[in-house]
Amino acid sequence: MRERNGWQRVVVEGAAILKGMAVTLRHLFRPPVTVQYPEQRPRIAPRFKGRHWLTLYADGTERCVGCELCVIVCPSQAIYVKAAENTPERRVSRGERYAEEFQINMLRCIFCGYCEEACPTGAIVLGRDFELADYSREALIYTKAMLQEPYPGASGRDPNREV
Amino acid sequence: MTALVAEAVLKSAVLVFVLLTATAYEVLLERKLLGRLQVRYGPNRVGPWGLLQPLADGIKLLTKEDFAPAGADRVVYVAAPVLLMTVALFSYAVIPFGPEVDLFGHRVALYLADVNTGLLLVLGASSIGVYGLILGGWSSNSKYSLLGGLRSSAQVISYELSLALAVVAVVLEAGSLSLVRIVEAQQDAWFVLRQPVAFVVFFLSALAETNRAPFDLPEAEQELIAGYQTEYGGFKFAMYYIAEYLAMITQGALAATLFLGGWHGPFGPSVAWFVLKVAAFVVVLIWIRATVPRVRYDQLMNLGWKVLVPVALANLVGSALLLL
Repeated sequence: MRERNGWQRVVVEGAAILKGMAVTLRHLFRPPVTVQYPEQRPRIAPRFKGRHWLTLYADGTERCVGCELCVIVCPSQAIYVKAAENTPERRVSRGERYAEEFQINMLRCIFCGYCEEACPTGAIVLGRDFELADYSREALIYTKAMLQEPYPGASGRDPNREV
Repeated sequence: MTALVAEAVLKSAVLVFVLLTATAYEVLLERKLLGRLQVRYGPNRVGPWGLLQPLADGIKLLTKEDFAPAGADRVVYVAAPVLLMTVALFSYAVIPFGPEVDLFGHRVALYLADVNTGLLLVLGASSIGVYGLILGGWSSNSKYSLLGGLRSSAQVISYELSLALAVVAVVLEAGSLSLVRIVEAQQDAWFVLRQPVAFVVFFLSALAETNRAPFDLPEAEQELIAGYQTEYGGFKFAMYYIAEYLAMITQGALAATLFLGGWHGPFGPSVAWFVLKVAAFVVVLIWIRATVPRVRYDQLMNLGWKVLVPVALANLVGSALLLL
């Protein structure tokens, strides 16, 4: 850069400061970008990864076959699955086994979605609910009863899909 | 005699109340304005538009634990913020808000005292304020506080010089050190028109005097946490904060009095014009804070000693020759 003497510097740098002041002044008249959360709802992306659901087939049978692939892939080891055998009298899932107990520790979960990717039957999916605060650690260990869809398609996923 | 004392006490009480309220709302104004300049809202939860935020902050600070760090010099530690805040309020004894007016049948002057050395008193008060900073920094027994206190004293002393030199040019124009006389001398033309160079030097020095961005080195949070006030909490911290924001208003009042015609305006009540000028000055300070990044320490000292002092000195000599 060309050397400037004292007065040239005063003019050039002073003009730069005034230019900056003009930029901030323009921003003063822009509408704020803040989402005022409890009153205004944030826009949720279509593939948002929120609270988990254990989905059902359209006929009401469980998709989860108790393979524990989600347990293996989970980087924060937040998932616990206790598998049990299906019997001819009581078929809960379409495979050999089903999940007798299925727990996710929502305090450990980092919502990476690897469990959904690993699942061979598309049983576990990440939903759109992100307001998961609670008052105790115990309340944030979600049990199978909490995770299971109340009816096929309740999670927002098509109950007739393959995986 | 009694009536005079009663009037002075009443005026002081009103003044202190108005100034402390103004300071509290100045903080809110800064937070709101900075927010909007950064394309966000700023505080808007406590009361309508966040207008009760200063009240909530005050209650919070008053009910906090009153503590002193281990190894602190207790007496000085407590005295420093008290000194700083007292001195910050002190200047308003001589700053005129308006001329003499008729109020409820009485002839009331809208200033506390018309001292013939008023300007010296204001400059002296701001010099004593440095003790508040450096004593607070030293007595806290903390390296960050000490460094912040040292920085602020070096900075304030350096810039006091150019501030005073710029102001002397105004004194030459008005022919008096009395702030009331200086305002009266600006009946026809504001001194900013006759002394533009002095005004620019005064403005930059005022920025540095009040430790405002871009000269906020004494409390540079990245390097010094919060400088001299690092170890302060509760109401002692609040007193530092009040003093700091009061200093902004004081410099605004000085700028209005010395350069912007004080209470003079084309129409309407005189006090309103004074308040408007001070408010405009404060808004510009906040606007600058939202724009300009902090300067380096050597840049600060270069600007003070190699630019502002010579320019102010040359301006002083020049205007003295012109006036002769």
